[in-house]
Amino acid sequence: MKVIFKIWRQENAASKGNFESYEVDGLTKDMSFLEALDHLNELLVSINKRVIAYEYDCREGICGQCGVFINGRAHGPHDHMTTCQLHMRSFEDGDTIVVEPWRASAFPIIKDLVVDRSALDNIIEKGGYISAKTGTAPEANAILVGKELADKAMDAAACIGCGACVATCKNSSASLFTAAKINHLNSLPQGKQEASKRVLEMTRQMELEGFGSCTFTGACEVECPEGISILNIAEMNARRTKAKWLG
Amino acid sequence: MLDSKIPEGSLENKWRNYQIKAQLINPANKKKLNIIVVGSGLAGAGAAATLAELGYDVKCFCYQDSARRAHSVAAQGGINAAKNYQHDGDSVWRMFHDTLKGGDFRSREANVYRLAELSAPLIDHYVQQGVPFAREYGGVLVNRSFGGVQVQRTFYARGQTGQQLLLAAYSQLYKMKRAKKVEMFPRHELLDLVVIEGRAKGIIVRDLITGKLKRFAADAVVLATGGYSRVFRLSTLAIGCNGSAIWKAHKRGAYFAAPSFTQIHPTALPQTSEAQSKLTLMSESLRNDGRIWVPKKKGDDRKANTIPEGERDYYLERRYPSFGNLAPRDIASRAAKERIDAGYGVGRLKNAVYLDFKHAIERFGMETIKDRYGNLFKMYKKITGVDAYNEPMQISPAAHFSMGGLWVDYELMTTIPGLYAIGECNFSDHGANRLGANSLLQASIDGYFVLPNTINNYLAHALKEDHPTTEHPEFERVENEVKEHINKLLSVQGNKTVDHFHRELGKVMWQECAMSRNAEGLEKAIAQIKGIINAFWNEVNVTGGHKEMNTELEKALRLADFLEMGLLMCTDALEREESCGAHFREEFQTSEGEALRNDDTYSYVSAWEYNGGSFNLHKEDLTFENVQPTVRSYK
Ligand SMILES: Cc1cc2nc3c(=O)[nH]c(=O)nc-3n(C[C@H](O)[C@H](O)[C@H](O)COP(=O)(O)OP(=O)(O)OC[C@H]3O[C@@H](n4cnc5c(N)ncnc54)[C@H](O)[C@@H]3O)c2cc1C
Ligand code: SF4
Ligand code: FES
Repeated sequence: MKVIFKIWRQENAASKGNFESYEVDGLTKDMSFLEALDHLNELLVSINKRVIAYEYDCREGICGQCGVFINGRAHGPHDHMTTCQLHMRSFEDGDTIVVEPWRASAFPIIKDLVVDRSALDNIIEKGGYISAKTGTAPEANAILVGKELADKAMDAAACIGCGACVATCKNSSASLFTAAKINHLNSLPQGKQEASKRVLEMTRQMELEGFGSCTFTGACEVECPEGISILNIAEMNARRTKAKWLG
Repeated sequence: MLDSKIPEGSLENKWRNYQIKAQLINPANKKKLNIIVVGSGLAGAGAAATLAELGYDVKCFCYQDSARRAHSVAAQGGINAAKNYQHDGDSVWRMFHDTLKGGDFRSREANVYRLAELSAPLIDHYVQQGVPFAREYGGVLVNRSFGGVQVQRTFYARGQTGQQLLLAAYSQLYKMKRAKKVEMFPRHELLDLVVIEGRAKGIIVRDLITGKLKRFAADAVVLATGGYSRVFRLSTLAIGCNGSAIWKAHKRGAYFAAPSFTQIHPTALPQTSEAQSKLTLMSESLRNDGRIWVPKKKGDDRKANTIPEGERDYYLERRYPSFGNLAPRDIASRAAKERIDAGYGVGRLKNAVYLDFKHAIERFGMETIKDRYGNLFKMYKKITGVDAYNEPMQISPAAHFSMGGLWVDYELMTTIPGLYAIGECNFSDHGANRLGANSLLQASIDGYFVLPNTINNYLAHALKEDHPTTEHPEFERVENEVKEHINKLLSVQGNKTVDHFHRELGKVMWQECAMSRNAEGLEKAIAQIKGIINAFWNEVNVTGGHKEMNTELEKALRLADFLEMGLLMCTDALEREESCGAHFREEFQTSEGEALRNDDTYSYVSAWEYNGGSFNLHKEDLTFENVQPTVRSYK
């Protein structure tokens, strides 16, 4: 299988980037998309060129480190899939595949396809936790959580922090990401004590980081690898309003 | 002499006795002490957050862009605890016994007991942190079984247990960052350890964005850098997982224990091509309901669903009737290898076996199976394109976990004073084979409960000493060595890629030092690896420079360490002339092909000391006062 990769190259944060094209032969349909890029990098080394920088770690869709724009879509052509789970069987022989980094002002480019997503960590830092010290926990079954509630919390908690929701959003909003964490913790009895503080501080941090506001286009939930529903954003907004007025 | 510092008293009282006698440091003094934690997985994040809560100043490092991505995130199946919620006869004692036996009696009684003892409070801890564990309708926690045990003691959060535990640990870490007690250094990779007058005093790291080398000094250094199974290249680990931190520590004097004890997991997705970079794990929990089989006829090319019941060989149920599909990993992997090697393998490359849910779906209904494993079936479909509700999965053994690691005593300190190793990167509780769902447990217990209670004993002394600074000439010397090492790599400018050499190493290790080993093969492997090392340093090409983000250089640095580690692993496997747990030496087996352990000669932990280009063996004798080692039978 042969494809043409059109890839964004940018030396560092300060420099200007541009697309470069690479014709790559010898691929197979079984290869993952990232394995195809690995293959391209080996070819680049063999002609003494600098390799393309792109991110990954687990390569099984759970760590959230991978993520690029492929032919205009976050994580490539399929809904609810990470870049590392994409396989070359999703492309045709001879295709041109355009690969770009996440584009959002809160995610500055570091090099080529690698961006800085520490803004997401900063949001978590402002309350994406339960303030209880190691060693202070009551017996686990003393806190009852019904199955439906536990399942709902788990649905939200599943977020892998990849940032595709931001990258795909025309407003570069991080609402889906932020809502997922708030709803996970605020819906559980353990998270109730700090519920108001959490929603106010995390949403405020989200704005401070330079993410845009949500206008409910629904683009995020389509790309979200974990299928986190946009209803989470509505729920977060309701919680926020309630916290603002009722404390 | 290796002193494992096992406390006095009966097994049940050892940890309590230890805590009673351990030194304390008052809060005002804790503030003056700095601790470096390398790693942000369950072990590292748990330790860093808890040490910070106790008042120490903590710096935490990881190579990923965020602490939340440590490979603990990928654990699917669950975490064990002796809660006996299912009223099925579980207890701390039984869990201790299962773990010791599962490890084929190659671990310390006292450590294993402590692991079981602290498991219940750990579940309390995670529930309090908001981990959405699976629940019954009435609100209590659910359990399931894992391999090698006959009770249900595994807690889980859908098929994403590791992710949920790690996110809890990560959030606690960021809570302490906000409190300014933890400083985070993501995208920083440890390249060497600084030892001053015999004590660990700091590290040299590379900033992966700028390429700059940086020095950090501390009163104690904690390594929590995870497993090294990427030495096989193809494994269930993340691509960046490495052995560099523990290898560098080893070269600076820390003994490396049981390096060849590595676990091959029976249920991963089979390799389909040479270009493959990773083998995806299908959780062991699937073996609760899935049945493993191959066709009775060699080379049977019929579609799985058309092969009648009578022509299927459920070989685990046949060979191990009492544990069946839940036989421990080493045994299940070897049994798969035996069938595949004998020509009964299925799939395109004939390197797989079937994992079939047909009976489970008939028995419990589609909905129940979907609820239990839905996301695993989805993942299977994404990768293979096949719907496993309608036809059996194809699975195959893959390198997965390292029981071996830096030798540590009961306090989790290595043989370098002030250097601790926690989580998967140490050798502590799993012996020669780890039981499923015991590793998230061990990493968490080490980080949250053990280290924060043991590190004081050392730091109480550090308080009285001079605090190290990075101005010390030893920092200069070590940093220069790192620089030279990097320059040497960049200046080879040969004509082969780093991955080329990693594939070569992986092939040798998989062939000779994985599921079954023999003296001849291991000797050959050692010679071959030496050849690869030589070729690597003469023919590798690392393009780009060192003062920039350079992913090729990162890979090369990791591989250089894996190559040397491969030598030690083969040396260790060669030395141990017995079969135990995951270490199966073909020369030592029963007529039925089961492992033949030799307690008279090999009831010790091998701890290797680095000695220039060779390794010296030290032995920590294992004594069993509470359990009589028996032949490990799952029949
Ligand atoms: C696919 C898979 C599934 C698993 N499922 C289960 C399960 O169901 N139940 C169970 O009990 N166990 C399971 N395990 C095992 C378990 O997940 C691990 O043993 C455990 O999570 C290890 O935790 P850790 O904290 O020691 O290391 P990790 O979580 O691997 O963390 C290592 C940390 O060290 C950092 N690091 C590494 N090298 C360097 C360096 N040179 N410089 C700086 N930082 C460095 C990394 O950035 C990372 O933060 C599974 C393992 C795998 C691979
Ligand atoms: S909400 Fe979905 S898309 Fe956004 S970071 Fe989380 S997993 Fe990624
Ligand atoms: S590499 Fe981990 S999610 Fe893609």
